Amino acid sequence: MSATAWAWLVLLFPLLGSIAIAIGYRSIPARAAGTIGTVAVALAFACGVAALANLLGEHPDARHHASSLWDYASAAGLDIELGIFVDPLSVFMVLVVTGVSALIHLYSFGYMQSDEGYHRFFSYLNFFVFSMLLLVLAGNFVLLIVGWAFVGFASYALISFWYRRTTATGAGMKAFVINVIGDIGLVLAALLIFRELGSFDYGTVFARAPEAFSVNEWTVTAICLLLMVGAFAKSAQLPLHTWLPDAMEGPTPVSALIHAATMVTAGVYLIARTHVLFELSPTAADVAAFIGLATLLVAGSIALVVTDMKRIIAYSTMSQIGYMVVGVSIGAYGAGLFHLMTHAFFKALLFMAAGSIIAAMANEQNIDKMSGFGRAMRFTSATMLTGGLALAAFPGASGFFSKDEILAYATARGGMYLIFTVLGYLGALLTAVYTFRLIFRILPGRPCEEAQELIDSGHVAHGPPRNPATGEAEDTDIGFPGAEHHIAEQSWPMKVAMGVLAFLALFGGLIQIPGVDDAITKFLDPVFVNSPLAAIRPSVAASWTGLAIGAAISLGGIGIAYWLYVLRPQTSAMLIRRLRPLYTLLVNKWYFDEAIDLLVVRPALAIGRFANRTFERLVVDGLVSGAEDAVGGAGRLVRVVQSGFVRSYALLLIGGFAGLALYFLLASQ
Amino acid sequence: MNIEWYIVLSSLLFAVGAIGILIRRSPIVILLCLELMLNAGNLALVAFSRMVGNQEGQVFALVVMVVAACEVVVGLGLIVAVFRRRLPLDVDELRELRG
Repeated sequence: MSATAWAWLVLLFPLLGSIAIAIGYRSIPARAAGTIGTVAVALAFACGVAALANLLGEHPDARHHASSLWDYASAAGLDIELGIFVDPLSVFMVLVVTGVSALIHLYSFGYMQSDEGYHRFFSYLNFFVFSMLLLVLAGNFVLLIVGWAFVGFASYALISFWYRRTTATGAGMKAFVINVIGDIGLVLAALLIFRELGSFDYGTVFARAPEAFSVNEWTVTAICLLLMVGAFAKSAQLPLHTWLPDAMEGPTPVSALIHAATMVTAGVYLIARTHVLFELSPTAADVAAFIGLATLLVAGSIALVVTDMKRIIAYSTMSQIGYMVVGVSIGAYGAGLFHLMTHAFFKALLFMAAGSIIAAMANEQNIDKMSGFGRAMRFTSATMLTGGLALAAFPGASGFFSKDEILAYATARGGMYLIFTVLGYLGALLTAVYTFRLIFRILPGRPCEEAQELIDSGHVAHGPPRNPATGEAEDTDIGFPGAEHHIAEQSWPMKVAMGVLAFLALFGGLIQIPGVDDAITKFLDPVFVNSPLAAIRPSVAASWTGLAIGAAISLGGIGIAYWLYVLRPQTSAMLIRRLRPLYTLLVNKWYFDEAIDLLVVRPALAIGRFANRTFERLVVDGLVSGAEDAVGGAGRLVRVVQSGFVRSYALLLIGGFAGLALYFLLASQ
Repeated sequence: MNIEWYIVLSSLLFAVGAIGILIRRSPIVILLCLELMLNAGNLALVAFSRMVGNQEGQVFALVVMVVAACEVVVGLGLIVAVFRRRLPLDVDELRELRG
């Protein structure tokens, strides 16, 4: 079978799984639904591997195939096909998405066991995977937009999964609205591309673009900026990032799947996919890179003070995606996508471990109330530590190689791009500190009540169900997590998923070590073969220097965290007192929500209120009631004649005829 | 005989009918007056037909009689219906359809 046939199968399995679970939810037992969902994604992963094997069997220059099932629309110069595009980039994304998703499905199989909406959950999850695969496999911008919007919907459905929680439905709406802003950007970009280049098809667009546009022409810059709006809304970059921390209202596997491993990387994929356009507009690419840089610093700084466990990891996700965006925007495509992959491993792992601990805490997410889980949950703690080491770029772990490769590229490109190296290392320091703040707060120390209960009796703590965000009692009808909680220590599917990811998080970086091997970059090379930027390669010596600096910074950051949170636990309180204004700024997340509220929401509401109170009342109502009054007034005039007296009608008739007769008589004289 | 006399008679009959409709209130009398006006028309038609010397006017007079008969049927039917419902037989009282 050809690579494209396998790619179609990749799309087919999750779609079938989603439909089967959704239609059969009454007759399928819960465990079977979980199995169907997991197996569907695992099969998709297997097909992805088969497609990879097919591609590897071909000459590198021939590794791109388009395939189409049928025409959506074919008229007057417009030709939109239901077509996919299989090349190393899309296969790479397919493997990351399906691989991590399959493990997350497996994890959910155990974690969501007592949830009231088990079928619904797996149906949504499979639909999400299908949408994401459609997004990465699409062969033209129209299908890309379809996948893009599906992903947005799936994300909404999963964030609001526990729909009895008002905070969850609110967060879902927020995510959806911000994603739609991105969709609009993407749609406008696609239309502009069609106007300028006359096609939606990837192959045609990227072949025509270099001839059609001169460098930094305003049209191509506009296209790139609009694409960025789409990419940054999905990838939670400034200032469209506010939905991601709120999205933590969803179930923890959802946070792992959508808000760490897959959906949020769509923006990175989009920039890599349209790198031809971005290289024609260095201005737009630089803007994107600086936004990525700003995001990685802002998010990293917020993660230092947040106390909600999942939100810390969410801000760290934003920060890491900032690195990827910097990477693919400055031309380090291989490095950016490599970081995407390793990040998917260790971030999914961190979320899974967090989910396990949250379950043990009976849904409490505040890290101030946690401590001593190192003894209570050995497996979970070990995996969390692994994920933390990879995230903090501990020497040898996967994040170490991928993050530093982006920074090494920035150094190699030189000039202005040295800023990215310097501030990137600053971000790395923040990363190490906030990651180990999380770990040192939770794992060591005297066990908290829940951890003690787990040590003493092996029972998971239970409490009355409460909304972790607001503390209010939960509506325990359907659409709530269920009274039972499941931790990795007591559930083999969770254990397997976390074990595999821990292995990948620890050793996944070894496939691309400077001077030793470069599997990812080499595999992706055919996609970026015409790009002069991708040809820049940092020297091995420079890379290792960078790695050494990275290692020092990572260890330094971990040391700082150790000093702050283990040796001198009172220091952080002292720092908070000393730096009160800075702390307030960070705790309030740099006031982005408030700024958006002030700049966008309030003006929009004011316009709405004006439209309602003034425009609607005066202009619209005025026109409508004016027309009504005119008709009514005319009717009132005519009604006077309709007296109901037959004889007066007759008199009018006869008088009228007499008058006419007289007139004609006189006129004929 | 001169045509003027017929025309004068026809006009007089028409005027009598018209005035009757205007001043009487009983529906029956109004119907009678309507018949009078129609027949005034008939008389004029026949007279003109004789004057011109063809039969077309007389054919028209026959058509008018048919129409008049139909109209009387409808009119008398209305009057009977009004009577059965014990409503006053007075056209000035029957004015529910006023605007």
